Amino acid sequence: MEQLRFEYAAGAPAARRVLVGVVGSGDLEVIIEPGTAGTTSIDVTTSINGYGRVWDAQLTRVFSAEPRAAMKIRIHDFGATPGVVGMRLAEAFEALEGPDAIGGAAASKESA
Amino acid sequence: MTHAALISRESFVELGARERARALLDAGTFRELAGPFDGLTSPWLERQGVVPQGDDGVIVAKGRIDGQPAVVMAIEGAFQGGSLGEVGGAKIAGALELAAEDNRNGVPTRAVILFETGGVRLQEANLGLAAIAEIHAGIVDLRRYQPVVGVIAGQVGCFGGMSIAAGLCSALVVTREARLGLNGPAVIEQEAGIGEYDSRDRPFIWGLTGGEQRFATGLADRFVDDDAVAMRDVVAELVNAPVNAPVNAPVHAPTSDAARSERYDAYLQRIDQYTAHDAIHQPDPAMVRRLYGAQP
Repeated sequence: MEQLRFEYAAGAPAARRVLVGVVGSGDLEVIIEPGTAGTTSIDVTTSINGYGRVWDAQLTRVFSAEPRAAMKIRIHDFGATPGVVGMRLAEAFEALEGPDAIGGAAASKESA
Repeated sequence: MTHAALISRESFVELGARERARALLDAGTFRELAGPFDGLTSPWLERQGVVPQGDDGVIVAKGRIDGQPAVVMAIEGAFQGGSLGEVGGAKIAGALELAAEDNRNGVPTRAVILFETGGVRLQEANLGLAAIAEIHAGIVDLRRYQPVVGVIAGQVGCFGGMSIAAGLCSALVVTREARLGLNGPAVIEQEAGIGEYDSRDRPFIWGLTGGEQRFATGLADRFVDDDAVAMRDVVAELVNAPVNAPVNAPVHAPTSDAARSERYDAYLQRIDQYTAHDAIHQPDPAMVRRLYGAQP
């Protein structure tokens, strides 16, 4: 197991909380909460050691692609490939903008 | 099921634990307690080099089923084999205790437990065992007031101490994918030898411990297709059924509609029948069906 931390420039805090995925074989869990304005922090806990550079490359690609809201992201990874990581993040960003994020309206109120 | 039915249905087995809970509750009533944002991960897994999950693999959701207050506890089988540690176990035990407290205060909260578990999480050892004992006590307490409905949908099945919890439920629902056993196949093979129990022999394993067999031998009460709507309907029927036994009935006076665990004597007699005749032969599924016959 290895723990990694990344930070990226971001905009205003995200409006709500989101959870996608599961800590199952070849999969991962992405937990997103509103971050402090200007910064997205990502804490990765992964079951596979020695892949810090791959995480760095994959996350940098995702977070440099377009400006995003500030998030506090926790990732619990159980051996997901970079492709799966990308898809789970895309799913999480979609839920962040969509109507039925987990935590939903109550979560938005708490974070406001 | 016909091809058309297979294509048009929504599988229940393929849903994650949270989606399963959502599928059982009336639309718009799902409200998660002690959820993934509440910081209740296992304090023990990371110290042992195991990646935790935000909800510790247990989802507790309050809501309504056919308009009646309900709590659904769903175990996520994909995370650590659905194993129960300190936090996940306490979430289920606490939810059961609160539901019983609701009933004592006049709120008729009923409960559904979605089992998908190998039992105690070995990394948390005694804490998991203690939590499961509390779950057992919680089920026995709550089932005096309202049904506690257990569901084993598959694909992990239900083993270890949580198989006892399944046996304590007011009613148990299984699918063809379900398995129910005190020991899992790999454990039995390791202890008894591959000649007696080959854990890779799927027809053999499901023949003895699968949902169809458990239903045929009276150890499960409903056998349903893997269909989210059919599952919801069966759970709604069972969870809203009146509780027959009066709340203060003495435990040692089981009636024909008493909880399965109170009818242990009838089950012991069946095992006696087996040991009295030819206990030298390993039982096969057909023999078990003959011995158990109709539900005692």
